[in-house]
Amino acid sequence: MGFLDISNVTKSYGAVEVLHKVDIAVEEGEFLVLVGPSGCGKSTLLNMIAGLEAITSGDISIKGRVVNDVHPSKRNIAMVFQSYALYPNMTVAQNMTFGLEMHGVPKPERDLALADVARLLQIEPLLARKPGQLSGGQRQRVAMGRALVRKPDVFLFDEPLSNLDAKLRVDMRTEIKKLHHRLGTTIVYVTHDQIEAMTLSTRIAVMNKGYIQQLGTPKEIYDQPANLFVASFMGSPSMNLLPATVVAHEGALHAGVTDASGALRLLRFSAGTGPRGHVGREIILGIRPEAITDPEGADRKSGNIQPFPNLVGITEPSGADTFVTSEIAGRDCVARMRADADVRPGQAFEFAVNMDKAVAFDPVTELRIG
Amino acid sequence: MSASAQDTAVKTGRIARSLIYLVLIVFALFYLLPLYVMGVNSLKPLAEITGGNMMALPRVWTLDAWAAAWSTAQIGIEPTGLRPYFLNSIQMVVPAVAISTVLGALNGYVLTKWRFRGDTILFGLMLFSCFIPFQIVLIPMAVVLGQLGLAGSVPGLILVHVVYGIGFTTLYYRNYYASFPTELVRAAMIDGAGFFRIFWRILLPVSGPITVVSVIWQFTNIWNDFLFGASFGGTSQPMTVALNNLVSSSTGVKEYNVHFAGAILAALPTLLVYIVAGRYFVRGLMAGSVKG
Repeated sequence: MGFLDISNVTKSYGAVEVLHKVDIAVEEGEFLVLVGPSGCGKSTLLNMIAGLEAITSGDISIKGRVVNDVHPSKRNIAMVFQSYALYPNMTVAQNMTFGLEMHGVPKPERDLALADVARLLQIEPLLARKPGQLSGGQRQRVAMGRALVRKPDVFLFDEPLSNLDAKLRVDMRTEIKKLHHRLGTTIVYVTHDQIEAMTLSTRIAVMNKGYIQQLGTPKEIYDQPANLFVASFMGSPSMNLLPATVVAHEGALHAGVTDASGALRLLRFSAGTGPRGHVGREIILGIRPEAITDPEGADRKSGNIQPFPNLVGITEPSGADTFVTSEIAGRDCVARMRADADVRPGQAFEFAVNMDKAVAFDPVTELRIG
Repeated sequence: MSASAQDTAVKTGRIARSLIYLVLIVFALFYLLPLYVMGVNSLKPLAEITGGNMMALPRVWTLDAWAAAWSTAQIGIEPTGLRPYFLNSIQMVVPAVAISTVLGALNGYVLTKWRFRGDTILFGLMLFSCFIPFQIVLIPMAVVLGQLGLAGSVPGLILVHVVYGIGFTTLYYRNYYASFPTELVRAAMIDGAGFFRIFWRILLPVSGPITVVSVIWQFTNIWNDFLFGASFGGTSQPMTVALNNLVSSSTGVKEYNVHFAGAILAALPTLLVYIVAGRYFVRGLMAGSVKG
C-alpha cells in the first residue's frame, strides 16, 4: 500500500476506453514521472488524481483514503498547470494565498506561509505584481509557489516546463529537482519530454495508447526497456533497433547482423544475457548510440566489447560528442563518440560495440527477450 | 514632400487627401443636421418656427419648450409632461438591464465552464430567441403577464425585457468566456473555490469589456422599445410611448418646439451611455467575437 495508490483505474469516454487498468503505487517522497507521446492518457490520469475528471472504474487513494468521490479541493493536492493558470486580476501574493483563503486560513497564518514560500523561491520582489507583468520563468515560479503554500500531500505537475524556452527549461528543471530534494514531497509529474523524465524522476511510468508500457527507475527504463516502444521512446538519439538473427557459435549466443558491404558479422552476447531459446530465429537487436564507440572510447568497465569493422557513413559533430552514422543490417545506425575521435566519412573504421548494454526484442510481440 | 509626416509608407497626394477630408466633413455635417434642427428649434418660441426658417438660429433664445416638455405638456389626457414617464423608463431600464446582464453572464459561465450534456443545443435554442420578432410574442406574452398578475406594471415590463434580452446577453458572455482559459477555473477548483466564488473572484473581474457591450446593447434596446411599452405598459408607460402621445396628438396646436425638446430628452440617456462607454463597446465586441 503506497502513499498514493492508483489501482485498476480505467477511464472511458462513452464507449471508448482511453485508460486501461492502470496500477501504480507511489511511495511517500517519490518523484513519479508519467511520460509518453501526446494522446497516451498521461494528462487524463493526472486530472483523475486531481479530481478534475471522473474515474470510470478502479480506485485512487491518497494516504489510505479513497478519493474517487472527494472534491479536488478536499484531496489535499496542489497542481501546477502547463499555462500556469495564474489569476490575471490578482497580484502574485493574492494568487499564492487564494487557496488558503478559500480554506478559511486566517490572514496572519496566510502571510506567514506566503513569506516562507516567497523566500524559498526568491520571488519576494514580485509579490505585489500582477501575472501580466512577469516573465515566463517568473510565472513558473509563482505557479509553483502557489502549489507549495498549501503544503499538500501530493504535488501534480502538468507539463510545467513546456512553455519555457530551451535554456530556461533546463534551469527550471534543476530548480524543481532541488526543491524535491529539499522538501521531500511526493510528486506526480506529466511530460512528453523523455529527458525531463530521466533527469527528474525517481520512477518513470512510460505510457502509450492508454497502457502503462513500463514502470521503473530511470536506469531500468533506459537499460532494460520492456518493449520496443519504450526502447525507441526513451533516449536521444534513440536506441538503434537492428534486425538480427540469433546464432549459436563456439558455445555462446551471437547476434548476426550484416555490415555496410552486406557481409554477415557476429556480435557475441555477454554471458548470461541474450535471447536464449531463440537460436536461429529473427530478433530485433537494440544498442544505444553510446554503446557503439571508437575502440579507445569504449567503456573500460565493460567485460564484452566486440569489434565491428564497418564503413563510416556520415559524421555529425555536436560539440560534446560526434555522432557517427553507419549502415548495419540495412538500417542507419548511430554511434556516439568522443568529440576528438578520428572518424571521417567513407572511411573503413573499427567500431567497438559494448554488448553488455545490448538488448534483444521479439519482432512479433515487441517484448524484450534478453 | 510631407510624406514623412504620415505613419505609413504609402504616399497619398495632397489633393487626394484634401478631397477625402472634404467628403468626410460633408457627410459628418449631413449626419449632424437632424440634431442641429432639433436643437435649434427646441430653443425657439413656437411663433418663430411656424413663421420662419427651420434652419435659422433662434432670434429669441428660450428654454420654455424644454420646461414644457419636461413638466407641463399634454400627454394623452394629462398635462404632466414627460417627467413621470421618464421615471417609469428609468425604473424599468435599470433592473431589466441589470438582471438580463447578470443572467447572461451566469449562462455564459455555465455554458463554457460547467458543460453538460446537451449544452450546445440549449445554447442554440437561446440563440434562436434573438431572431424571434417582437410581434409574434405579443399575445402569448400578454396571456402570461395576465396570469402572473403583472399586466400593465413596471415589473411586467421588466420581465418581458429580461426574457427577451437573455438570448443576446448569453451569446455575448458565452463567446467571451469561451476564450477564457479553463485551466484557471480548474486551478480555482483545486484551490477550493465553489461555483459562485469562481464566477465572482476569477471570471467577473476580467469581464469588463463584455459587460460594457451587454449593458449598452440592453440599455439602448430597452430604452428605445416602443411596442412592448405600448402593449404592456398600462398605467406605467415608458418614455417612448409618452413621446409618441406628445408628438402625434391630433388635437390642438402642434407645438413643434416642445416636440423637439421632448425627442431630445427621450434620446439623451442612450446618447449619454454611448458617449461614456462607447469606446469600450467596439473593444468588447471585438474581444468577444474574434477570440470566441
